[in-house]
Amino acid sequence: MARTPADLVRADPDPPFEITFDGRTVTALPGQSVAAALWAAGILAWRTTRHGGRPRGAFCGIGQCYDCLATVNGEPNRRACLVPARPGDAITTQEGHGRAGLAV
Amino acid sequence: MSNSSSDVIVVGAGVVGAACAYYAARAGLAVTVVDRGPVAGGTTGAGEGNLLVSDKEPGPELELALLSTRLWSDLADELPARIEYEAKGGLVVASDASGLAALRKLAAAQAGAGVTAEEVPADRLRDLEPHLAPGLGGGFRYPQDAQVQPALAAAHLLRASGARVRTGEEVTAVLTGANGRVRGVRTAAGELRAPFVVNAAGTWGGEVARLAGGHLPVLPRRGFVLVTEPLPRVVRHKVYAADYVADVASGSAALQTSAVVEGTPAGPVLIGASRERVGFDRALSAEVLRRLAAQATALFPVLAGVRVLRTYAGFRPYLPDHLPAIGPDPRVPGLLHACGHEGAGIGLAPATGLAVARQMTGGQPPLDLGPFSPGRFAPAD
Amino acid sequence: MPGSPSEPYDLAVIGAGPAGLAGAATAARLGLSVAVLDAAAQAGGQYFRHPAPGLGAARPEALHHDWAAFTELRRRFEASGAAHLAGHHVWAVMRRDEGLWSVHALVGEDGGEGAGHGGGTAFGRGGGLADGGRGGAGADGATAPGAGGGGMPRGGGRGAGGARGHDGAGAGVGPVTRDGRGAGARADAVSGREGPASAGAGDERTVRLHARAVLFATGASERHLPFPGWTLPGVVGAGGAQAMLKSGLVLPGRRIVVAGSGPLLLAVASTLAAAGARVPAVAEAAGYVGYARSPRTLAANPHKLLEAAVHGTALLRHRVPLHTRSAVTEAHGTDRVEAVTVSRLDRDWRPVPGTGRRIACDALAVGHGLAPQTELATGLGCATRRVPDGTHALVLDGLQETSVPGLWAAGEAGGTGGWELARVEGELAGIAVAARLRALPALTRGRRVRDLARRRDRTRAFADAMATTHAPGHGWTAWLDDDTDVCRCEEVTAGSVREAVTGLGARDARTVKLLTRAGMGWCQGRMCGAAVACLAASGTARGTVPPSAERRPLAVPVPLGSLAAGPEEPGDA
Repeated sequence: MARTPADLVRADPDPPFEITFDGRTVTALPGQSVAAALWAAGILAWRTTRHGGRPRGAFCGIGQCYDCLATVNGEPNRRACLVPARPGDAITTQEGHGRAGLAV
Repeated sequence: MSNSSSDVIVVGAGVVGAACAYYAARAGLAVTVVDRGPVAGGTTGAGEGNLLVSDKEPGPELELALLSTRLWSDLADELPARIEYEAKGGLVVASDASGLAALRKLAAAQAGAGVTAEEVPADRLRDLEPHLAPGLGGGFRYPQDAQVQPALAAAHLLRASGARVRTGEEVTAVLTGANGRVRGVRTAAGELRAPFVVNAAGTWGGEVARLAGGHLPVLPRRGFVLVTEPLPRVVRHKVYAADYVADVASGSAALQTSAVVEGTPAGPVLIGASRERVGFDRALSAEVLRRLAAQATALFPVLAGVRVLRTYAGFRPYLPDHLPAIGPDPRVPGLLHACGHEGAGIGLAPATGLAVARQMTGGQPPLDLGPFSPGRFAPAD
Repeated sequence: MPGSPSEPYDLAVIGAGPAGLAGAATAARLGLSVAVLDAAAQAGGQYFRHPAPGLGAARPEALHHDWAAFTELRRRFEASGAAHLAGHHVWAVMRRDEGLWSVHALVGEDGGEGAGHGGGTAFGRGGGLADGGRGGAGADGATAPGAGGGGMPRGGGRGAGGARGHDGAGAGVGPVTRDGRGAGARADAVSGREGPASAGAGDERTVRLHARAVLFATGASERHLPFPGWTLPGVVGAGGAQAMLKSGLVLPGRRIVVAGSGPLLLAVASTLAAAGARVPAVAEAAGYVGYARSPRTLAANPHKLLEAAVHGTALLRHRVPLHTRSAVTEAHGTDRVEAVTVSRLDRDWRPVPGTGRRIACDALAVGHGLAPQTELATGLGCATRRVPDGTHALVLDGLQETSVPGLWAAGEAGGTGGWELARVEGELAGIAVAARLRALPALTRGRRVRDLARRRDRTRAFADAMATTHAPGHGWTAWLDDDTDVCRCEEVTAGSVREAVTGLGARDARTVKLLTRAGMGWCQGRMCGAAVACLAASGTARGTVPPSAERRPLAVPVPLGSLAAGPEEPGDA
């Protein structure tokens, strides 16, 4: 019986690469979304809510719920479940609206 | 049915109807509010919550707005903070020196009517609004301008009124007695009795008037609002471009857009305002969206990278002379009108409600209601 | 030739799932010029979502029972001449003129990057295929000089997805963004604006194409019913877990409870188990007795029985216990889910006191069936109907046309019913559109149309039977504490929604939204809409305002800068 999803489909991926999450190195496979790469590393939350400061991550997995919004390479509100991971991507936990820098 | 009779039936559960109910109840009347839709389901729910004096030239509407501004400030103390009343002030900006000169002239005229306006030179604009585009010609700050969340304001006014609220119930007839005097309304659920009926039906005010045998030429003027993703406070005032004033006053059917940009306590920035006469067509217009977005980002370039989450159309109920109809119908005793406030209904609601309540209880009107008389549209017999 | 700014397509298809692919292939073979717009990088839609080529999946069929049927459908689509515009997030469709529609899409967006990648993949895979612009975003990316190689770590040979160019018409070269990714736009079909138009987030642009007819093959999204703890990390949609697994080969945890209602649950549980997860329980809120009530419908749909048997066997093999009339009524944990409480439900889905059982887990996959995605169509005034499960679907005639002439729909947008129904409806719609546009009504009178219509009607009947079974019982709201967040985006609690209903007179979801902000956040009520509608209706005594299908004039958030630079529409003023 298969032990991993990769086993199930007999995956032979292209060489992995590295991204970072809050400074920590995470390995990603080509073709994975940012959310998939984070899940693979056991990371389920990469955003905190505006009001309660509660942790959130991917929920619907198809770009509909916007719960997986992350700051990717400094740009807030990217849907991690859709954005493909690219070598060197820096993912950071997004706090609230992710745009504190605009406050006046 | 014992609960089917009251002193006054208000048709319309928008902000104007809610204000009429509130002040009528405060004057001691038993009030029933009927609406075919939900609370704040029409123009109120599609509004931005403008409480403006800055966009009005001296005249009766400005008088009404100034009274309302004072009443809103009182209401803000009485109603829960959740109505999001903010005395944030308005900032009207001119793109160049000649625009500023026109604003200066308007402000001087308004000052005579009791409007406070402070000139803001070009080099001080960004002290007030750090994200404003460079190169603007200056502007005027209007501290009396304010904002509420209109649906919450209407709902809390209604609740505070203690009125019986019957939503989802369409008025199908206005009942009159042998003497022609109003005695109530009929809805799908039955007859509701009252010696007074207030027509606060907004864009449908003309139809309610017609049901009663009256005449009020209320027409819809469509406007779109864009709502952005939640943001921190990036815009402090209600900020708009000088040509907004001209658009508000215009009677043109053609599309007019002039950006009105403001933050909200909840986070999103709201962007209005477009005006066009297209009936009740809600269809999205790419051109309206493009123009509003272009004008808003011209004022606040920082918004270019911010997403619009939704947009909605609302229909401003307007009358041909752009003044509301407030007061008794000339032909149907017991019927009072409180509609046709165009894009200013949130702002003008309290003064309208107070005036209508005074008229039903025989009190002194709070201001000269002559210019708002519904009789001005009566067809010549 | 369509493809120049002034020349409309005959048909724009929104969605590249089974309905869209079948509709597009059929219409194209009947002589229409067709463009398919889809947000994803690869065709397939949600059901046939599959690993990106770079993941090198040798057996994608292990994730889909019907993989062979899909690859055949995709082959037909690719051979049909229809263009595949991947990475196109359609945000609105508007009436341009009599008989002409404009379709507005955002490209270079979150998924639009995927289009760029798709392009790279198509290039790598096809090599010499990089010949023309008409092949959609995948091929466009490939034709953009350098886009195929720019930073793409993977190359040749592998993978099955993607689009390819087919006729070489039009320039079709999407602008290459600063980091070398193809933006995935077909510049030839749009207004001609060049390059990233503003400082919009992620170099996004809005593009527009025109079409004489539109086919909404927009699919469905998962319906959710909240419960305490459902916002904890590790609680994911059942469809979401499935989607992440199918596309990214990842799981949210090692020990995953599956819960909710609907036939998807069994499929999710067996796939998760096959992929190595322990599934300590499947909690199905309905009783499955409803199926037995329609034996004739069942008998007419043997494939459905087969499917259920396959999943059932898989569950047995993986020793997954199935609890019917049960629900997860609470998820426990502080920063992530650590356990769930599964309770027995009464007939109305009210938890039976004292039956709660705590099950340790590190993830929960939960969902309550699918809700049709209709907002693009309802924005144009298309009528909807209430499906027995409480969702709203588009009203369609016998040939899949909506209540607005010129607009068709196929698949889940007209009511959820599975991928085979979607394919059948897509083909029907393709024929109907061709018959209309080519003024050949005889096309719709053939035996093929009769066969398709019969299959559609039979499958729809089955779908309705299932919908009735899995309609949420009105007692489900008893799961909610007053401090349970109902709206995930705006963190609006069940208590505030109830207060708006009992204290402020809200009787419908829209009024609740205006008074509480539930549904006003990023997702625009997609996650909380069903729950809010239920809570609003619970306050109703007299004078109910009938619930209407949700309206979302913008189907996708659009940066102001992109809107501002958007295509001029002189005729639209």
